[in-house]
Amino acid sequence: MDLQKLVFGRLTWDSIPLHEPILVATFAAVALGGVVLLYLLSRYRLWGYLWRDWITSIDHKKIGIMYMILGIIMLLRGFADAIMMRIQQAIAFGDATGYLPPHHYDQIFTAHGVIMIFFVAMPLVTGLMNYIVPLQIGARDVAFPFLNNFSFWMTTSGAVLVMMSLFVGEFAKTGWLAYPPLSGLEFSPDVGVDYYIWALQIAGIGTLLSGINLVVTIVKMRAPGMTMMKMPVFSWTALCTNVLIIISFPVLTATLALLGMDRYVGTQFFTNDLGGNPMMYVNLIWIWGHPEVYILILPLFGVFSEVVATYCRKRLFGYTSMVYATIVITVLSYLVWLHHFFTMGSGASVNSFFGITTMIISIPTGAKIFNWLFTMYRGRIRFELPMMWTVAFMLTFVIGGMTGVMLAVPPADFILHNSLFLIAHFHNVIIGGVLFGLFAAINYWFPKAFGFRLNTFWGKCSFWFWVVGFWVAFMPLYILGLMGITRRLSHFTDPSLQIWFQIAAVGAFLIALGIACFLIQIYVSFRDRESLRDVTGDPWDGRTLEWSTSSPPPDYNFAFTPRVHTGDAWWHMKQMGYKRPEEGFQPVHMPKNTGAGFIIAALSTVCGFALIWHMWPLVVISFAATVIYSIYHTFNYNRDYHISAEEVARVENERTLQLANHV
Amino acid sequence: MLKMSVPCSLPTMSDTTAIRHPGAASQSAAPEFLVKEDHHPENGTLLGFWIYLMSDCLIFACLFAVYGVQGRSYAGGPSGAELFELPLVALNTAMLLLSSITYGFAMLKSQENKLGGTIGWLVITGLFGLAFLSLEIYEFAHLIHIGAGPQSSAFLSAFFTLVGTHGLHVTFGVIWLVTLLFQLKRHGLIPENRRRLMCLSMFWHFLDVVWIGVFTFVYLMGVL
Repeated sequence: MDLQKLVFGRLTWDSIPLHEPILVATFAAVALGGVVLLYLLSRYRLWGYLWRDWITSIDHKKIGIMYMILGIIMLLRGFADAIMMRIQQAIAFGDATGYLPPHHYDQIFTAHGVIMIFFVAMPLVTGLMNYIVPLQIGARDVAFPFLNNFSFWMTTSGAVLVMMSLFVGEFAKTGWLAYPPLSGLEFSPDVGVDYYIWALQIAGIGTLLSGINLVVTIVKMRAPGMTMMKMPVFSWTALCTNVLIIISFPVLTATLALLGMDRYVGTQFFTNDLGGNPMMYVNLIWIWGHPEVYILILPLFGVFSEVVATYCRKRLFGYTSMVYATIVITVLSYLVWLHHFFTMGSGASVNSFFGITTMIISIPTGAKIFNWLFTMYRGRIRFELPMMWTVAFMLTFVIGGMTGVMLAVPPADFILHNSLFLIAHFHNVIIGGVLFGLFAAINYWFPKAFGFRLNTFWGKCSFWFWVVGFWVAFMPLYILGLMGITRRLSHFTDPSLQIWFQIAAVGAFLIALGIACFLIQIYVSFRDRESLRDVTGDPWDGRTLEWSTSSPPPDYNFAFTPRVHTGDAWWHMKQMGYKRPEEGFQPVHMPKNTGAGFIIAALSTVCGFALIWHMWPLVVISFAATVIYSIYHTFNYNRDYHISAEEVARVENERTLQLANHV
Repeated sequence: MLKMSVPCSLPTMSDTTAIRHPGAASQSAAPEFLVKEDHHPENGTLLGFWIYLMSDCLIFACLFAVYGVQGRSYAGGPSGAELFELPLVALNTAMLLLSSITYGFAMLKSQENKLGGTIGWLVITGLFGLAFLSLEIYEFAHLIHIGAGPQSSAFLSAFFTLVGTHGLHVTFGVIWLVTLLFQLKRHGLIPENRRRLMCLSMFWHFLDVVWIGVFTFVYLMGVL
């Protein structure tokens, strides 16, 4: 008995939620899917390919794609949570209690928030930056390719822990920021909050390291001639985003570590007695949390800038002001955190300071909107999918921004704080900004990554379902919020509210169709890839360097490093009648693949799991193994190789032939 | 008014390898668009490590801020003035500061290409580091023993976490140092090892700087 406790800690058979039919059914489906996947991988002998070409790959392009796949898979999970909440709230009125018991409902809204921010938006944004930034700045990889692979697997490790909480034990019931004292030991003695802490800590390491990696890449590895003010706007926003990651994620790490201390050691940071101060947690977590929302949106501002310029066939209007607006937003995002809790009672002067800084942020953001509009003005606009998403973004985001300015007014916030109005506001900017931007980006750069364009019909279906679905799902929440309905409720007594929740549920189903159409779009495009093939490498008549190489780019990205003379470097090259070289290739120096990142991340996952369940011997073993393996990895000095000039010539000649045969 | 163009067909036509905009092609002054020779961007390890250190510095900044908020929340328990023994802390500080100096000597030796001297000074640095850690562990054990553990008050929580996090960093620094000793023995002062030596150097001095903050802010101001 004691031995069992020593080895398995808190984990017993009772921790497996066999009494929850929803979870059992989900598990059955996941297990079945998993078995089928494993069978197919074995059947087609893909294990070796997967290990050699993907899992151990340090190629920024493959890592970028893996981030995107992770984000899309987690989107399905996060959305399943969303639609469950919408159904519950649409039916749980009066005597009807709905189909989700409160403790399950609380886990769902927590998981929804955590997954959507950390394991959907972050991987998608990071994946995008990983794929595009080196290509845009004319580099062959990121500054630290191994670290890049390691970062990805640490992020995945966090996602794996969150997914495990579904079937082993439970997830936090605290809301996505786990405020103490609710998340403290006294009120959440179970494993839920521990899953939360360790999943985010492990993923946070990955995020921080990838932030450092991309900053160094952008600072040090730009092609000769590409001064900062000749850099594409997307790379600029990526730089600012990663600077924000570096200055905010350590705060999250420290904050969660302190919460962990309270839970594991019994310290008094955020408790209600012996000098503890829960409001300190709220301050600290929002010092991370507010920059975080700009981490998510800034790269998408970059995407819209690229998309608008390309599809209007014009240089971006106000490049310089765009760059400075981005920098101003970066700085200001660190000075507004208190607007998340005006009701804390810090007094009128503090509240007005943070209210004013918050409102000031709308100025550079507004400048950006005008820059995009002026780029469109008298442009030759092509309404391809990315451009459609951009227009939808501008309309939607402006509304979300305005409700944000409303919330920035402290007296108004006292009424709207923690109401559904707030929920509608941040979904308005995150879906209308981040998500629409990601769809624009995916449709825009997909041909670069895979060599064929995405199907437009299903893309348009997805677009309309998403946009209409968003408005139908969230406008009722604005109305409910103004009526004073608070967030996170699993049951309502006033039947007059029900209609609004039912409308919102319809919206959620429209969004579900939007997601389905997106998946169909990818399938159909893959099926018809021959007819959608992009041989030129430049399907949209693009302006930046990523379009100057083939689609998909070769391992080494560029046979010759580009030399840059102006902004919109590739456009300039085309204007000047640039001819692709067909000889004189040099060997290319490249980093070697390694399994170390995957192995260290896997050991960290085990360590996290053991910490969650208090399996102390396993904690010691897995932590020691992590450290020892990391040290072992540092003894490997043989980390690079050369792609021979012949090999480069072979790849390039193949492309020459392809271009020649293409009519 | 926005000018809507006719839906453009996708520009996929291109029958030669030449690129599609022959417009301004024929000037002789077309600039060079490629780097024909082998191009190597500058190594970014030191910049990256600097940035990492600054991010680590933010973790300490948070812990200092927390200590600033809770450093006087004694909850009826003992205060810093009652607990801290300055002579012990002075000795401790001396160990860490000396270890920074000896690390500096190791770097000087490495610049003179003297492997033996480098290793020797590194060993001494590591010993100073261990001495620092032993004194800290002694101090912690003593405090816990007299009932002033991290659970007793927010002040002690903040104290143990701030000082302990620094100690944890020194511990990893020592582990790294031992690893580096083996690597120096095996490969000598090759560029990779020099880079690692430099990174550890920055790490070690950084911990020193943080400790000066701890020493001043926690101990000296604590006994006031």
